Amino acid sequence: MAYSNKVLDHYNNPRNVGSMDRNDPNVGTGMVGAPECGDVMKLQVKVNPETGVIEDAKFKTFGCGSAIASSSLATEWLRGKTVDEALEIKNTDIVNELSLPPVKIHCSVLAEDAIKAAISDYKQKTATKSEAVASS
Amino acid sequence: MKLPIYMDYHATTPMDPRVFEAMRPYFMETFGNAASRNHSFGWEAENAVEKSRKQIADLIGATSKEIVFTSGATESDNLAIKGVVEMYAEKGNHVITAATEHKAILDTCKRLEKHGARVTYLPVQTNGLVDLQQLQDAITDKTVLISIMYANNEIGVIQPVAEIGKLAKSKGVLFHTDATQAVGKVPVNVIRDNIDLMSISAHKMYGPKGVGALYVRRKSPRVQLTAQMDGGGHERGMRSGTLNVPGIVGLGEACAICHAEMPEESKRMAYLRDKLRGKLEAALDETYINGTMEHRLPNNLNISFAYVEGESLLMGINDIAVSSGSACTSATLEPSYVLKALGAGDDLAHSSIRFGLGRFNTEEEVDYVAAKVIDVVKKLRELSPLYEMAKEGIDLTKVQWAAH
Repeated sequence: MAYSNKVLDHYNNPRNVGSMDRNDPNVGTGMVGAPECGDVMKLQVKVNPETGVIEDAKFKTFGCGSAIASSSLATEWLRGKTVDEALEIKNTDIVNELSLPPVKIHCSVLAEDAIKAAISDYKQKTATKSEAVASS
Repeated sequence: MKLPIYMDYHATTPMDPRVFEAMRPYFMETFGNAASRNHSFGWEAENAVEKSRKQIADLIGATSKEIVFTSGATESDNLAIKGVVEMYAEKGNHVITAATEHKAILDTCKRLEKHGARVTYLPVQTNGLVDLQQLQDAITDKTVLISIMYANNEIGVIQPVAEIGKLAKSKGVLFHTDATQAVGKVPVNVIRDNIDLMSISAHKMYGPKGVGALYVRRKSPRVQLTAQMDGGGHERGMRSGTLNVPGIVGLGEACAICHAEMPEESKRMAYLRDKLRGKLEAALDETYINGTMEHRLPNNLNISFAYVEGESLLMGINDIAVSSGSACTSATLEPSYVLKALGAGDDLAHSSIRFGLGRFNTEEEVDYVAAKVIDVVKKLRELSPLYEMAKEGIDLTKVQWAAH
């Protein structure tokens, strides 16, 4: 299969690879996919609790080149966005940016799911935190 | 050393220049129809075809009259299975094959099932081999054919063909073997192995594409086949169609070269293959060989690099031509059914790479391939959340994955 130049660029120079402390209250972690399906994405966001802005985003992905590129691109887009803005990222945006062929659309869906999972994890953490504050 | 490096010899092989030279006169100067009985053009073509028949027969321990030319192993497989089932319909309608066979066998069997045949698909053991007891238990008085491949095209394992042949003979069942990957690579002998029908392809042994043969036993027992194409009754009525003389000459020459050079070539293949394996295993943890190493083609290495997805690995080694069992590299988006049949788990199928070495690979190429693969696997493991989790001691089989 021929890959677009953007996919090749993200594959050869993946952005924001790494892991953050998943126990940090300001870090939201999303892990989607399954090894037997051939792709697993881990995406993490670090949110400034004062501003709600995503200050850092990291990923690790087991999957094909398009899956790696989709998650790498997602971390680039997430940085500097507020949590609510991040939820507006659609898989079709990723498809268009990377020129993914139809058989690779599921990679972009997975990236969108990973973003949603990471932010949902962060929101859950802050909700528990404020509950804890309220009850004390 | 020239890039890219071809290391996918199970898919196809380049032609040996000696094969090409043998074929060359048969395109233009010696162009006759081998079925033309009354002029020298026909006789010359016929002589060339008969020489090839003998070269093939000599390689596999058969006689010339037992060789039927076809367009390749897919056609040979179709002709063998459909031809036997149709011819022996009065005796029974049961066929036994294995789950790891080539699609040319499996899809042929599926079609026959639609027409009322009964097919048993034997599972294989984790080493990739069929269990002889299971095979024996599957035979009924309605069984007309056992079709088990000689060597597997993905994992290179060599089935216990001699034992299967013996068993089939003792039960009065015909035995067909798809020997596409084995002929020319390992010593194959239809007498020793009690093989009744055998599929052969030219382009897997340095011959041209589009030509193959089916060995059809003529004595004890005399195997009969119902032709699957109607026409001029060529090839003892089993396969009509004007013979592809240049292709046939190429197949014969390819067989003769393999016959002469096999002892040395197979040693060289095993040396290169083992060197590749040794380098990969020394530099990388958690690599898994798929299928037994004990009964295997000397030129095959099928290995899974845990926590790395096959297509992304291929992308990183794009100056090396190899194959992967990963779903992402298949048209169906399913991981390799052969690896799944070994019970290794889909995750290892997704992580598998098939190296198929061949006549024109050099030691320098093997060194380059090993270094490159090691480099890319390490890089992708840095990127892999699974590798990270495994290193933290998390049991990946116990994780609740959100399968999609």
